[in-house]
Formats: sequence, structure tokens, C-alpha cells
Amino acid sequence: MDFLNILSGALGEIISPTTAAYALAALGLALHFGYTGLLNFGQAGFMAMGAYGFAIATLTFNAPFWAAVLVALACSVAFAFLLGIPTLRLRADYLSIVTIAAAEVIRYIVTTNQLTDITGSAGGLNGFAGGFYALNPFPEGTYNLGFITLSARDLWVRVVAWSVVAVCCFIVWLLVRSPWGRVLKGIREDENAVRSLGKNVYSYKMQALIIGGVFGSLAGILFTLPRSSVQPANYGTELTFFLWTCLLLGGAATVLGPVVGAMLFWVVLSLTQGLLYGAIGAGYITFISIPQAGQLRYIMVGVALMLLMIFRPQGLLGNKKELVYS
Amino acid sequence: MANPTPDESGTAGVRTDAVDYMTDTRPIASEPAAPGCRKRDPILVAKNVTRAFGGINAVDVEYLEVPRHKITALIGPNGAGKTTFFNLLTGFDQPNSGEWTFDGTSLHGVPSYKVSRMGMVRTFQLTKVMGKLKVIENMRLGATRQEGEKLSKALFKNIWGGREREITRHADGLLEKFKLDTKREDYAASLSGGQRKLLEMARALMADPKLVMLDEPMAGVNPALTQSLLDHVRNLKSEGMTVLFVEHDMHMVRNIADWVVVMAEGRIVAEGPPAEVMKDQAVIDAYLGAHHDVDLGAAEGIEVLEHQLAQDKESVVGTADEGILGHGITEQDGRDPDEGRDRKDAP
Repeated sequence: MDFLNILSGALGEIISPTTAAYALAALGLALHFGYTGLLNFGQAGFMAMGAYGFAIATLTFNAPFWAAVLVALACSVAFAFLLGIPTLRLRADYLSIVTIAAAEVIRYIVTTNQLTDITGSAGGLNGFAGGFYALNPFPEGTYNLGFITLSARDLWVRVVAWSVVAVCCFIVWLLVRSPWGRVLKGIREDENAVRSLGKNVYSYKMQALIIGGVFGSLAGILFTLPRSSVQPANYGTELTFFLWTCLLLGGAATVLGPVVGAMLFWVVLSLTQGLLYGAIGAGYITFISIPQAGQLRYIMVGVALMLLMIFRPQGLLGNKKELVYS
Repeated sequence: MANPTPDESGTAGVRTDAVDYMTDTRPIASEPAAPGCRKRDPILVAKNVTRAFGGINAVDVEYLEVPRHKITALIGPNGAGKTTFFNLLTGFDQPNSGEWTFDGTSLHGVPSYKVSRMGMVRTFQLTKVMGKLKVIENMRLGATRQEGEKLSKALFKNIWGGREREITRHADGLLEKFKLDTKREDYAASLSGGQRKLLEMARALMADPKLVMLDEPMAGVNPALTQSLLDHVRNLKSEGMTVLFVEHDMHMVRNIADWVVVMAEGRIVAEGPPAEVMKDQAVIDAYLGAHHDVDLGAAEGIEVLEHQLAQDKESVVGTADEGILGHGITEQDGRDPDEGRDRKDAP
């Protein structure tokens, strides 16, 4: 077993674009759930809107990079309206049911064979990231960051992904310290009380749903760029639950919690994979096979989440005091 | 105009600026006190407001005017429809029919948050505080005209920072008045029930309302705090606000209300100044029950009640239909009916 290799692989996960995408989508969930109390179980749907919006705009309509990004964002705003208009006047649990269903509807629509020309059906879409890599300012070559060596292309996608995450975190931080954010937190606690104080609760919930959804769709784009492909199978309900895991690991009502949670999630997955595969390869573990070990990793993440909820229910960065009263 | 008549409501707002609302003794009603009577200067007028749940008419108010700059109590037994009526007036529930106006503006179909912005702020029977927000944040949330609550301006502190300081000053002043200033930085969830009632009332005042609607402000509050709550309600009047509050303890009401409206089974059965309403036989019967002054806890109470019921034409006690009532009551608890009397006769 090559421990150094396993460790550097795990460290590499911290700055991988996939981690950034998870962090950004979980940040959207933090705004939804942690600050506004909206139970969105369809964040994978928002990510799919972003990924497919971007890919289809590029491939079918030959849109330039920035236009494709705008199309993706517009798709997620439309999706948020579609989900929010019928459900945000109702109790919180209605939104959760509608979002989880809508995310699945999106996934089945893009998998439909009749739409193969546009969505690529189950095979997905490929080769739409050219516009993004054409913007790469880093000269060709390899870049050594100490624990990991990157190509110019890898470096570019990481720099962009984490810059987007940083900007979005900053925006969320500005928003939640503002009076606007205070109204959101009030809605989380008791929406009728906020209504009695003259705030249009429905409009605030819609704004929060849209902003979190836009973060989700940006995350969807970041998720597809390094692969330059979208696959419908990636946007199933388990993606949403991984995002919730990241959110709860880090702390729901925090700005940096989702980022820390996403990093931790991927480091743990990578470490356990490295260690298990290494141990199986070297013959230390004989009672499970490599594919079984892949499943075992997720079991371990689940156990970790349970332990966290029992011993540190507020998440890594959450405020313990807020939990005393819930 | 030079010689305004008492029932001229149009100019009253201007003319009464100099009046001390605490000592204002002008008549509240412009006609004899009766359900639906006209007021000299109404702030809220409700007409034919009805709300049915299934087959039950929870609220059926023919006509009601709430006098401006006065404390009006809405009383009635459990299930009389007081809170439902409150919800209808404030837009938290939609009536089956009816019209109501606040300061001359119709409120029919107006959503609750707009009602509040017009200056009609309510509290809730089951206190609603934002538990995981600090007390001071709860207060700030009650403020109006904060541009930073708009998404387009929330990112720029230089736009909303000034107003935020004004709001905080206002909030600190109110917290001090309500003796919550030591709790400023605590989470609202850590407050006691009574303190939450105070916080909710103080928060409602952040909006500088014209009409404060308090839904059972005294429920579940200890007697000492009740007194201070009553003082706060009285202060609202001295500051020129109108108060409408729901209560079911008649004795509490007697102390502070200028006007009492009695509801029973969804209707208004009586209204008038507290002293007169409490004497009204219809109110006493409907609200307290005809035999409210019998103390059933005392040993001879049941016999007194039996005696009264025997005289009462509507009661079966003392007639052939009596059944297990009457003497059955005292015998069933296993005691000798004369036991209590014996003890009382002993020196």
C-alpha cells in the first residue's frame, strides 16, 4: 500500500472542481434550508438544469461560453418559479415533495429517447467545454502544487471553480448579515410572525429559492466542465442526498460550512477508497471484493454522518447555542 | 366646522391632537350602547363579517366599530370566535362574506403583511418569537422602512446602515421600557413565557402602529407580570395608539378597558363601558353561566346550586325528570350529605 499516494490523492480532492461544485450546490441548500427553512430535496434538478442548459445551448444553438452560462442560469430561475409558485404558499413539506419529484422528472425527460438529438438520452452530451478552455490564460505545461501536479487545463478549471465558490460565499455572507437575511431567518423561525410584521413572506421565499437554485445550476456547470460531458445518471436523487450530507457535515446555517462539508465528504471518500482498495490489493482484506468496497465507502460516510448528528448535531462550523433551543 | 359636533369623525384626528388620551372623557359611542352601536370616532369598522367552518358559524358579526385612541376589550367564553375574528380582520384568514375598513380603507382581500404595513399590527395567542434569533434581532425585524430588506439593496451596507442604527436605537428604547434590555443579546428561545409576551408586544411597537391588536396578552402570565403588562397596554393609549385586545378574564378587563365588546357563539351579544357590560344580565348568563356565583368548592355549594336550580324553570332539577342529578351528586362521592354541615356547625 502506497500511503503517500493515497494521502496526496485525498488532498487533491480538497481542491478538485467536483468538490467545488458540491460546495457551491450545498451553499445553495444552506441558503434554502439553513437560512430560510425551505426543504429543497431537488438540488440535483437545479444542477441538471445548469449542466443541460449550458451543454444544449453550446451544442444545439452554438452559443458562445458566456451566453451558454446565462442560458443555464435562466433555466434554473425558470425551474425555481415552476417549483415555487404552487408550493411556497403551502407548508414546508410540500416543497420537499415537489422538488424531489421535479428533479426526477428532469432526469427522465433528458433520458427520453425521442429527445436524443437534443439531450443525448442516456448517453448524455459531450464536447461542449471548448469555449471554456479557450479562455485559459495559463500557458501549456505542468504545475506542481507540492502534493499534486496539474496540467494547465486542470489548473484553469480549479482556479475558476474555486473563484466562483469564493464569490458566491462572499455574496451569501453579505446577504445573511443584511436586513434581508434577517427576514429570511425570521421566516425560518416562524413565517406567520414575520407576516404579521409586514413582510411579504412569499416573495422572500421565492427570492431565496431562486438564488439557491442559481448556485445549484452554477454548480452543475462546474461539475461538467472538467469531464466535458453530462450524463443523466449523475443527477439522481443520491446527488441531492450527498449535497445534504455535505451541508449537515459543515453546518446548515453557516456560510463556510457547506465548503468545509464538501471537502470533508470527498476527502473521506477518497481516503477510505484508497485504504480499502490498497488493503484488498495487498491481501489484508479477503472477505470483500473491490466493487463491494466501493459501496462500503458510502456506508462509512453514512456512519460518519450519524456519529456527527449524535455528537455534534450543529455540524462542524455550526453554532452550538442555536441548537439548545430546537 | 367652527363648532364641531361630537360625532364628526372626519376632522377628529386633527382636532384631538392636543387631547390627553388618558383623561379624555368625551363619550365613546354616539348612540346608546348596544351591539353594533356607532362610535364618535371609529378607527376600524366591520360589517357582516362571517366565517363558517363546516356547518358551524365561527364568526357572524353584523356590525362593529372600534373607537380610536381607546382600549377596547373583546371578551367571550372559549370558542366564541374571538381569535377567528382577529384572524379575519388582520388578513390571516379569509371570511365567507363581509366588508371591513381600517381608517377608511377597505381591507377585504388585503394580504396580512399589507394590513400590518397600514399600521394595524397584531400579536398571537400562542406567542410567536423567533427563537434562534437574538432578542435585539427580533426587535429589528419589526421595524418598517428598512431598505436593506430589499434584495437589490441588501448587499450594500452603506445604503441600509444608517436606518439600521435608527432602528437599533428605537429597539433599545423599547427593550428598556419593557425591561428586556438585559436580555438584548440572548436568544429569544431562552426567554420565559411572560418575557416572550413582552417581547412580542415590544416587537409589534417597532412599526409605530396606529392600532395594536393583542390576542390574549395576559394568557399564562403570572400575576406580577400581568400588572406590568396592563401598565404597558395603558401606556400604548397614552402614546396615542388604539388597542383592541382579546381576553377571557372579565376582571382583568375591568381595570383597563374603556370599552368592552362581548362575543358568544360568533356573535356580538353586548358592548359598552366595562362597568355596565358586566352588569348586563345577558352577558352574565351567556358568558359566565347563570350560576357563576356559586362556589362548588365549598361544602355547601352543591346544595346552594341545587336550590337555585330547583327555582330555575329551565333546569330539570327538582322535577320528575331529574334522574341522577340532584341528590345523586352528593351521594355519588361517598360522603354523607350532612357531613359538611355538621363540621360547619361545630365551634
